[in-house]
Amino acid sequence: MVLVLALGDLHIPHRAPDLPAKFKSMLVPGKIQHIICTGNLCIKEVHDYLKTICSDLHITRGEYDEETRYPETKTLTIGQFKLGLCHGHQVIPWGDLDSLAMLQRQLDVDILVTGHTHQFTAYKHEGGVVINPGSATGAHSSITLDVNPSFVLMDIDGLRVVVYVYELIDGEVKVDKIDFKKTTTTTS
Amino acid sequence: MIADGGEDEEKWLAAGIAGLQQNAFYMHRALDSNNLRDALKFSAQMLSELRTSKLSPQKYYQLYMRAFDELRKLEMFFKEEARRGCSIIDLYELVQHAGNILPRLYLLCTVGSVYIKSKEAPAKDVLKDLVEMCRGIQNPVRGLFLRSYLSQVSRDKLPDIGSEYEGDADTVNDAVEFVLQNFTEMNKLWVRMQHQVGLNIYGLCYTACESFILLADPELRLAIGLSGLQGPAREKDRREKERSELRDLVISVGKNLHVLSQIEGVDLDMYKETVLPRVLEQVVNCKDDIAQYYLMDCIIQVFPDEYHLQTLEILLDAFPQLQPSVDIKTVLSRLMERLSNYAASSAEVLPEFLQVGAFAKLNNAIGKVIEAQVDMPVFGAVTLYSSLLTFILHVHPERLDYADQVLGACVKKLSTEGKLEDNKATKQIVALLSAPLEKYNDIVTVLKLSNYPRMMEYLDNETNKVMATVIIQSIMKNNTHISTADKVESLFELIKGLIKDLDGTLNDEVDEDDFNEEQNSVARLIQMLHNDDPEEMFKVICTMRKHILTGGPRRLPFTIPPLVFSSLKDVVAWASLARQLQGPDENPFGEESTTPKKIFQHLNQTIETLYGVPAPELALRLYLQCAEAANDCELEPVAYEFFTQAYILYEEEISDSRAQVTAMHLIIGTLQRMHVFGVENRDTLTHKATGYSAKLLKKPDQCRAVYACSHLFWVDDQDNMKDGERGTGLQNEILVLLCLKRALRIANAAQQMSNAARGSTGSVTLFVEILNKYLYFFEKANPQITVATIQSLIELITTEMQSDSSTSDSAADAFFSSTLRYIQFQKQKGGAVGEKYEPIKA
Repeated sequence: MVLVLALGDLHIPHRAPDLPAKFKSMLVPGKIQHIICTGNLCIKEVHDYLKTICSDLHITRGEYDEETRYPETKTLTIGQFKLGLCHGHQVIPWGDLDSLAMLQRQLDVDILVTGHTHQFTAYKHEGGVVINPGSATGAHSSITLDVNPSFVLMDIDGLRVVVYVYELIDGEVKVDKIDFKKTTTTTS
Repeated sequence: MIADGGEDEEKWLAAGIAGLQQNAFYMHRALDSNNLRDALKFSAQMLSELRTSKLSPQKYYQLYMRAFDELRKLEMFFKEEARRGCSIIDLYELVQHAGNILPRLYLLCTVGSVYIKSKEAPAKDVLKDLVEMCRGIQNPVRGLFLRSYLSQVSRDKLPDIGSEYEGDADTVNDAVEFVLQNFTEMNKLWVRMQHQVGLNIYGLCYTACESFILLADPELRLAIGLSGLQGPAREKDRREKERSELRDLVISVGKNLHVLSQIEGVDLDMYKETVLPRVLEQVVNCKDDIAQYYLMDCIIQVFPDEYHLQTLEILLDAFPQLQPSVDIKTVLSRLMERLSNYAASSAEVLPEFLQVGAFAKLNNAIGKVIEAQVDMPVFGAVTLYSSLLTFILHVHPERLDYADQVLGACVKKLSTEGKLEDNKATKQIVALLSAPLEKYNDIVTVLKLSNYPRMMEYLDNETNKVMATVIIQSIMKNNTHISTADKVESLFELIKGLIKDLDGTLNDEVDEDDFNEEQNSVARLIQMLHNDDPEEMFKVICTMRKHILTGGPRRLPFTIPPLVFSSLKDVVAWASLARQLQGPDENPFGEESTTPKKIFQHLNQTIETLYGVPAPELALRLYLQCAEAANDCELEPVAYEFFTQAYILYEEEISDSRAQVTAMHLIIGTLQRMHVFGVENRDTLTHKATGYSAKLLKKPDQCRAVYACSHLFWVDDQDNMKDGERGTGLQNEILVLLCLKRALRIANAAQQMSNAARGSTGSVTLFVEILNKYLYFFEKANPQITVATIQSLIELITTEMQSDSSTSDSAADAFFSSTLRYIQFQKQKGGAVGEKYEPIKA
């Protein structure tokens, strides 16, 4: 069993002062094995904070990141799953599932994680999953009105992944769960 | 010479100890054989060693401690004797036969203690006798140690109320009288000693390689720590050391106060009427700064809080009468600290504070002290005000006027000093200014203190910034919402050290990380300033903007984005709310000045300031964000204006090829989402975007940007489109195809270029990407995309992959395979989609 934290679009300090305190108290060191972050942190302080939760940190570049060395896309293999990571402003139309599916095919991954829309979504698609963890700070977005802070925790176990989405709604953390089973192993 | 003095003293001490031990030996023998006469003889001889005048107090102390231990044995013997039937009164007479006065008095005290215990005479009579007789020793060192001995042996035998030695009605008075008298005499001796020892020390030229004495032990078990041989220390150090040794000695005088505080019978009345006035009289009259400092502190520490509160006036009156060199601020601060803690300990005691008017008394006393001690450093004054403020926050948290009054007095004091350079004082001011923040946890309350910002003026720039950061942290920690323009104004005035360069000088020496951190905290702060009412929020935004724009080019990239996003968030929310409530045609914003248009005008000017930084990439992003917000507010000309600004920046300022690629993603992505534009504006912007895309430096980037542009011509819900909004369906369908064909041509050109330059056509990735785009529009039922076009593209890719000139690229292969898998997948889906895909052979 491996826990992977997926989050992004924090936009600190441009659009939000900090992560919600309730999230911070949940994200304690030692529980999570990998962090994948879609980008727009935006400052080093946030990067350093994420490092304290888990040192295995993968980040792609959002258009507001001060760190310009983050890659545009990134793939990594965790257990039986191949994961792809991209901020998503490069995929037009933004947040469009069919266009994201094309990126999923291009990266040849089972799970594609992107951001940019600040709207949590998770779709099963062509035998894979496309996830957007939303904005961890509930940052304002021109794409999504009234953003709720959210992040995703993936529990990867063999050929099975359980996607938990944590959303802060009116000060309360709500958890939702999506189950996904992989039928074949990755071809590559 | 100096070293000789030290060595001599060591010799004298050694000789003294030897003599003492020898006589002690004989004394033990006499004690063992119950020979009272010999025991008295040898103990007197032993105690004669204490008659020396050659030792410094520190060395004398070592000798005294040995004698003290021996006297315990003698005391035991006396007790035994008394038990065996020997008359204690006779003993008391007998010891007075000792030839010399000092041994005689030590023996008398020792027997006296047994005498009291035997209860054959009232304790008060014996004590009175002893304390009077001790007057016989007027040499300060010898007298001090003798009286210290008396105090030690008598402390558990005072005729206190409830004690087994309790006497007649006046018994407490007797106990108090005894201790007070001993205290008075010891204090006199001490003052004389400190004078004499000073001379003595110089006379002996004794050096710093001395022991120091730690007398803090509650049992007055004076412990000695050897500081080791340090060699001849410098004159100044030596004097400092001597003073500190003397300070240690004065504790033996203060011990009496401790004894007094433990007398049960000393109630508030007695404390107020007798004890405190008598003690203070001694303290004030001795005119010795070390004694005054120590004893005042001692009074404050040993007596109970409620006594202090009830006798505040008497106590405070003594302060201005102390010597100018006494460190009054520390003592007085401790008093206020104690009272603050007392107030904090229980809500029930608070009425007492009000009843005695503690604040007014303290405030008054501090004013007098500062006035009297003209040489008091600023640090001292600030410390006093700081303690007083802490006192107010504990005792009168609701009295903001008191707090402001104290700040005002402090400002007044500071104004005579100019800007502070003193590090300690600055730290103290930070502590003083932080105290109300910590107490109220609310900057809004603190903003009501009119003297608060005036205090900050006196901080140097660095400290001013530290304080501003503390204020911001307090706001963040407590989640304080600051919601009106005038509060925002005061706040920014308060933290202006972070907002702009003070004194008009740019400080280049600031560490970049520190600077970034500071500015990021300002950015965070901007998020906290919010009001739900559009009109007030508009004022808040204007106030923030006014201050932020003074920040200069280094700060603007940090502070402009939060300001812009804060404005956009609100303008979009209000517009959507207004549409829901009133329909799109009415002005929902009350006043004309707060229309979205007005806000967008402000934003335009705000972002423009980034030109001077220069920060074109950031400005472009912000313009596009504004355009999207204007779109949501249905303001076509405004949106068009923002796009124009973004395009101008793209053309003129963004030259880095990678930055251009990202900018194009954002331009196309934003434009794709715009619904507000009519045909003409849309055409202009779309064609410009396509043009820019085709002019990117690298062919693959060109190709990708161009196929992304295909989405600009496509609207999923073609039927629902307003007439003329995006041209007719047919035109759009053709334009999509043209875009994809253009992308294909660029992909071809990329291959040819690669072939010419590297002898290999490179990867087929671009073709696979375009194939995917074809499939996308095919699925979206664009009739221009036919099975035939897709089929030919698949064949093209297959041929390319098998050709010798192509570079093998496993990623591209995988991409192609997964695309073909996708086609299969769609076929298997069945239904309309399956049918549509059926003719494609993969």
